[in-house]
Amino acid sequence: MGKPNLAVNLGGVQMKNPVTTASGTFGFGQEYSPFIDINQLGAVVVKGTTLLPKDGNPTPRIVETPAGILNSIGLQNPGVDYVVSHYVPYFKTLEVPIIVNISGSTVEEYALVAEKLDQAGGVAGLEVNISCPNVKQGGMAFGSDPAMAAEVTAAVRDATKLPVIVKLSPNVTDIVKVAEAVAKVGADGLSLINTLLGMAIDINSKRPILGNIMGGLSGPAVKPVAVRAVWQVYQAVSLPIIGMGGISTAEDALEFILAGASAVAVGTANFVNPKATVEIVAGIEKYLEQNNIDDIKSLVGAAHR
Amino acid sequence: MEVMNTTVIANERYGDTDDCYFITLEAPKLAATCRPGQFLHVRVGDSHDPLLRRPISICTVERQRGLVKLLYKVQGRGTALLAKIKSGDIVDVIGPLGNGFTLVDKNASVLIVGGGIGAAPLYLLAQELQAQGVLVEVLLGARSAKDLLLVPEFQQLGIKVRVATNDGSVGKRGMVTELLPSPLTMVEKIYTCGPMPMMKAIATLATQHQVPSEVSLEERMGCGVGACLACVCRIKTTDSSDYKRVCVDGPVFNGEEVLWHG
Repeated sequence: MGKPNLAVNLGGVQMKNPVTTASGTFGFGQEYSPFIDINQLGAVVVKGTTLLPKDGNPTPRIVETPAGILNSIGLQNPGVDYVVSHYVPYFKTLEVPIIVNISGSTVEEYALVAEKLDQAGGVAGLEVNISCPNVKQGGMAFGSDPAMAAEVTAAVRDATKLPVIVKLSPNVTDIVKVAEAVAKVGADGLSLINTLLGMAIDINSKRPILGNIMGGLSGPAVKPVAVRAVWQVYQAVSLPIIGMGGISTAEDALEFILAGASAVAVGTANFVNPKATVEIVAGIEKYLEQNNIDDIKSLVGAAHR
Repeated sequence: MEVMNTTVIANERYGDTDDCYFITLEAPKLAATCRPGQFLHVRVGDSHDPLLRRPISICTVERQRGLVKLLYKVQGRGTALLAKIKSGDIVDVIGPLGNGFTLVDKNASVLIVGGGIGAAPLYLLAQELQAQGVLVEVLLGARSAKDLLLVPEFQQLGIKVRVATNDGSVGKRGMVTELLPSPLTMVEKIYTCGPMPMMKAIATLATQHQVPSEVSLEERMGCGVGACLACVCRIKTTDSSDYKRVCVDGPVFNGEEVLWHG
C-alpha cells in the first residue's frame, strides 16, 4: 500500500488533509508560524470578522474550567474592510486554503460581509457563525432558531459563490433541525460544534469571573457533546461536516471522523500544544497506515455502519 | 520564540516565604535570547486539567551556563503543581514571549519599584541596566518581612535597596509608593511591576512629573502568542484607546498610555 489518501473536498474547499483550525483560536494564521508550517494543514479557519470593527468584551475574557476554558472575547476584530486590505494579500501567499469565519448582527450584515470577501479573492470558503453564544447581540438568536438560521444562510448563499459552511451551535433543543434548515437553503457544509454556553463565579469576590458574565465552553470537557452532535447530524443530513470540540490528539479526531465528520478543527488544544494541528495530521496518517486503510473517506461515518 | 522541553535543575522554596519558589531550567536557546520583562508560558502538567499554560516572568538568566530562572508564587492549582516538580523533571515551555522592558543609556539614573511577586521580572532588568552603566535604585514592598523577595540578590549587585512592609516588620511601615523620592524629577525613568493599584499610583505620579515609566501588566491568558485576544488591556492612542494584547504587545507598556481599571 502506498501512502494513504488524506485529501478531502469539503463542500468545495479542497483540503490536502482533514485537519483545520477552529476560528478564534488561530488568529489570522500568522501567530502560530514560529511553531508550525501552516501550509501543512488541510485548511485554516481564521478569526471571525464582522462588517464593522468590533472592540470586544471587557476582561476577564477567559477562565479555566475543569478540562476546558470559558471564553468571552466578544468577536474583537478589525472589520471586513481591514481583513480584505491587510490580511487577504497574506492569504494569497499561502499554500493552504483560508476559510474566513463571518458574523453579523443582522441578516444584511452577514450578506455584505460575504459579498466583500467573495470579491476579494484569496479566500477559499466562508464559515458562517450563526452560533456564537453572545447574549447581548445576534449570533445566539440566529443559531437557535432553524428559520432564522436558514434566513442567514440563504442571504449568504445569494451573496457569494464561495463554499458556504455553516457553524452550528450546541445550545439548541435540536441541532438536527437547524442542520436540516440550513442544508435546504444551499449550505455546502456544516461545522460543529461551536462553544457551549457557560459561566464561572469567583467565591472570594462573589462575582461572575468573566467581564461579560457568560462565555463559551471549549476544550476536552465538551468532546462527548460534540461527538454526539456530529453523530446525529451525519445521520440526518448529507452535507460534509467539519467536526470540532475538544480535539487534542489524532485519537480524538478519529472519533469525530468515525461519527461522520469529513474533516476536523482543532481549537483550544493549540493553546496547550502549538504543534497540535500538525501532530494530529501525522497521527491520522499513521492510524490509516497501521490499519491498512488507503483512503480517509472510507472512515467517515464508519461507526454508523 | 519556540516551544521546548527544558530540564529542571532546581525548584526550591524561596527564602522564608510560605509560597514563593525559584525554579532553574536548563534552556540554552532561551538563556541566550531572552530579555528583561519577557515571560515563559509554562505547562504545569501533562493532563487536561488544569488545561492552560501559566505565564511566568523570567527572573534571571545565566547565559553562559544556559540557565533560565523563574521566581513564582503559588496562587492556584497550576502553580501548586509547578511547585511539586523535581529536579531532573522536564518542563514544557513556550518562550521567550512578550516585548520586554526598554533599557536606557549609560549614566542615566533609574528607579525600579517592585511589589510582592512583581519583583521577579525586575531583577534581570536591574542586572542588565547595571551592566550598561545605568545608576539603579530599587524599592521593594511586601505584606511582611518574610514576603519580601530578592532583597539580598539586588544588594549583591551593589544596588541600593529600600523596603516597605504593610506590617512594618522591616523597613518603612506602609506601601512601597511611600518610598518614592521627592522630587521625582531627579529620576530619568521608573520601571515597576506589582499589584495593579501600586503600578497605577506609580505611573500616575511619574506622568504628573513627566518622568517616563514602564509597567508590566498581567491578564488572564489563553494562547500566550497573540492569537486568541483573551489577555487584552486598554491602551491610549492618539485620539482614543485600543485593546492591546498583554502577551505580544506587552506585557510592558508605557505607564502614561495605560487606561487603568477602577
